[in-house]
Amino acid sequence: MSRQPEGPPPPPVVQRLRVHYTKRGRLRFISHRDFARAFERALHRSGVPIAFSAGFSPHPKVSYAGAAPTGAASEAEYLEIGLAERSDPESVREALDAALPAGLDVVRVVAAEPDGPALADRIEASTWRIRLPGVAPETGEAALASFLALDELKVERATKQGPREVDARAAIVAGWPGDPRSEADSLPCATLEVVVRHLTPAVRPDDVVTALRRAAGLSTPAAPVATRLAQGLLDAAPPQAAMQLVDPLG
Amino acid sequence: MTGVSVFDRLEPLLPSVRKPVQYVGGELHAVTKDWDGAAVRWALMYPDAYEVGLPNQGVQILYELLNERDDVLAERTYSVWPDLEALMREHGIPQFTVDGHRPVGDFDLFGISFSTELGYTNLLTALDLAGIPVAASERTDEHPVVIAGGHAAFNPEPIADFIDAAVLGDGEQAVLAITDLVRAWKAEGSPDGRDGLLLRLATSGVVYVPAFYDVTYLPDGRIQRVAPNRPGVPWRVAKQTVMDLDEWPYPKQPLVPLAETVHERYSVEIFRGCTRGCRFCQAGMITRPVRERSITTIGEMVQRGVAATGFEEVGLLSLSSADHSEIASVAKGLADVYEGTNVSLSLPSTRVDAFNVTLANELSRNGRRTGLTFAPEGGSERMRKVINKMVTEDDLIRTVATAYGNGWRQVKLYFMCGLPTETDEDVTAIAGVASRVIETGRQASGRRDIRCTVSIGGFVPKPHTPFQWAAQLDHETVDRRLAALKAAVVKDKNFGKAIGLRYHDGRPSIIEGMLSRGDRRVGAAIRRAWEDGARFDGWSEHFSFERWVAACGAAFADSPVSLDWYTTRERELSEVLPWDHLDSGLDKDWLWGDWQDAIGETEVEDCRWSPCYDCGVCPSMGTETQVGPTGRALLPLSPV
Repeated sequence: MSRQPEGPPPPPVVQRLRVHYTKRGRLRFISHRDFARAFERALHRSGVPIAFSAGFSPHPKVSYAGAAPTGAASEAEYLEIGLAERSDPESVREALDAALPAGLDVVRVVAAEPDGPALADRIEASTWRIRLPGVAPETGEAALASFLALDELKVERATKQGPREVDARAAIVAGWPGDPRSEADSLPCATLEVVVRHLTPAVRPDDVVTALRRAAGLSTPAAPVATRLAQGLLDAAPPQAAMQLVDPLG
Repeated sequence: MTGVSVFDRLEPLLPSVRKPVQYVGGELHAVTKDWDGAAVRWALMYPDAYEVGLPNQGVQILYELLNERDDVLAERTYSVWPDLEALMREHGIPQFTVDGHRPVGDFDLFGISFSTELGYTNLLTALDLAGIPVAASERTDEHPVVIAGGHAAFNPEPIADFIDAAVLGDGEQAVLAITDLVRAWKAEGSPDGRDGLLLRLATSGVVYVPAFYDVTYLPDGRIQRVAPNRPGVPWRVAKQTVMDLDEWPYPKQPLVPLAETVHERYSVEIFRGCTRGCRFCQAGMITRPVRERSITTIGEMVQRGVAATGFEEVGLLSLSSADHSEIASVAKGLADVYEGTNVSLSLPSTRVDAFNVTLANELSRNGRRTGLTFAPEGGSERMRKVINKMVTEDDLIRTVATAYGNGWRQVKLYFMCGLPTETDEDVTAIAGVASRVIETGRQASGRRDIRCTVSIGGFVPKPHTPFQWAAQLDHETVDRRLAALKAAVVKDKNFGKAIGLRYHDGRPSIIEGMLSRGDRRVGAAIRRAWEDGARFDGWSEHFSFERWVAACGAAFADSPVSLDWYTTRERELSEVLPWDHLDSGLDKDWLWGDWQDAIGETEVEDCRWSPCYDCGVCPSMGTETQVGPTGRALLPLSPV
């Protein structure tokens, strides 16, 4: 007979909260695993009454929705937590924001409707801003137009299972030029915004840049910087420039 | 202008390197202070990768207590992996701190903590990337003073060419004393430049400045004499000892990294020093006497540390944690406080003793019981007498029976190979011990799925130990003995499959041996190996024995010394050892007597519970053993 933890089972989840947070500045270099560890420690320090799974290695009830890749910044990351005591969402927001390092900022916390759709079902696409330092705005714009004119563009990406091909064009819902001065302290440069549908395998900002290089012979003298601006459902209206996604927190 | 961040230039390179998060800083409790407002500025380095260096207690303690001073600034730097090193060289980015991303070359002091001699080549990389001349003699007033600390600094002679100074022993008071000397010297307008500062540091007795000592050699290669070459510089430099650990309850605000590191826990040092007298153990010899942290301070540190970090594991650190005079109350008290929470407790020290199992049961009261670790170190009774590891095979069997009987599924045993006087039989005896452990465990637990993992390390003779005179065993013999042990385990039909055997080849230990007991002439080999590409020598995927052999061949050509001369040669009592002018407090005659006792298989009792055996530390250092029990309680405490 294996040993079992003594005492009563952990208290059940009585409330689910959805959290909108960011990954800004130098913290864009943290991986999803790094974030999860930092978030769980911040939960621990914050005193938020998180619920735990049962067993010898109890895990806090946190579910993450599609994290941005390592190196990509994000203004729109989402996760859901299960609490063992009902709490005021705004107090939880303040407590988590105070416990997380600057750059991992908690923007908004809302209670999930008990019978509403799952968080993952409220997210089907991302809007990415891709800055191409050292590339002139017109050059970037032309490369985007050439790419969007194609029906298909397969790019190869190294994965742990070896090289894998994805169709970068198939995932693009819309694309338009962004503000070349979107970062105040940097030199103006080509800045593109694209809405990317979440497919399997996922098309990431890196793949879009590879596609731009392939479609228009674009050369990028410095490392591109990607920032996720929004996630959510695609609007029912037909794709258009500067389209908005439906906020998953409603 | 100095102290300007290089992050803008570094950031574009980070997407193309492995694990960029290790270079960005921003950890919880990291400190960035105003550069211009600081009178004294320290860059502190642990010369290994971030994942190993960040959790280092020594660096965290000094970082915190220096930054607590208003006019002192301390930032951290770690070794960069070769992928980033190449990019930094290509783009002209200097070695930087992870806090302010400031160039290391801009600081007043550059302190490096060496836990292992295999970090020496990483020091050279950091100096070179920082734009600090690798040779100390080529540095000018523009460059930081480079100070080594940590256990390896008890014989800094192999790196004497590359460092300006070394601190022996506990760093807490020493870094503050150095800071005061530097502050005063700068306030006076830096009289006599770098040389003037080094002379002040050397004459204060707080640090050892190798350049102020001349070493002369005999024709056969041995050292003739080490003598100071400046008036006022002491003949011998003594180690530093912090006498009241309760006055130094650091780290209070431990760093919580974003990146994954090798230790993800809040660690409290429950005592410093050890007088068990294991003859192979440099740490136990150079950190005497035993100084306990009181049960109340331990309780407060754990409570505050867990609340401040959110870590879910607490480690009670020391060289032999079960020896704390109030460990049973500490364990029970902490288990009570954290019962029903997700905080787990660990006691990562490893004496073979049923009491250790009781403690581990207490600490894992409501947790999983996976593995327990014990360190008999020697496979045969005879071997254990030689190394003064006073444990019989029956003790070990009783201990593991208790462990398996209490639900522990796996026992790990640590041994060494290559110990002085060791024979083939002493090593193959390990197989018999492991078989008895499995047999006992199956009886005690009534299960067949229990495991025993045997880990074997190569023995390296270290300075300031009774084995400092011993011949290191050649790596061919070490490898042959380990292969014979493996064959004996595999041949065991009944128990072999339940025994896991872990060991590495013996060659890195030979290089570690040369770096441990070497003198100043070894510096040429280090420099040569580094120029030939040696980096991260503690990592098997980066270490090249051939590169080191070639470097030694070139550096020692036309000289009486060689890699073998430094390692596999036994020394006589009359030989001047490279570290004889560095005073760990141990009486050389006592060490020699203990070496003779080792050969005679005579054991010596711990001085905490038997009369003083005159190792020499307390009278020469003005220190004394500080142990409880205090009789006080861990409480009042409340869980967080």
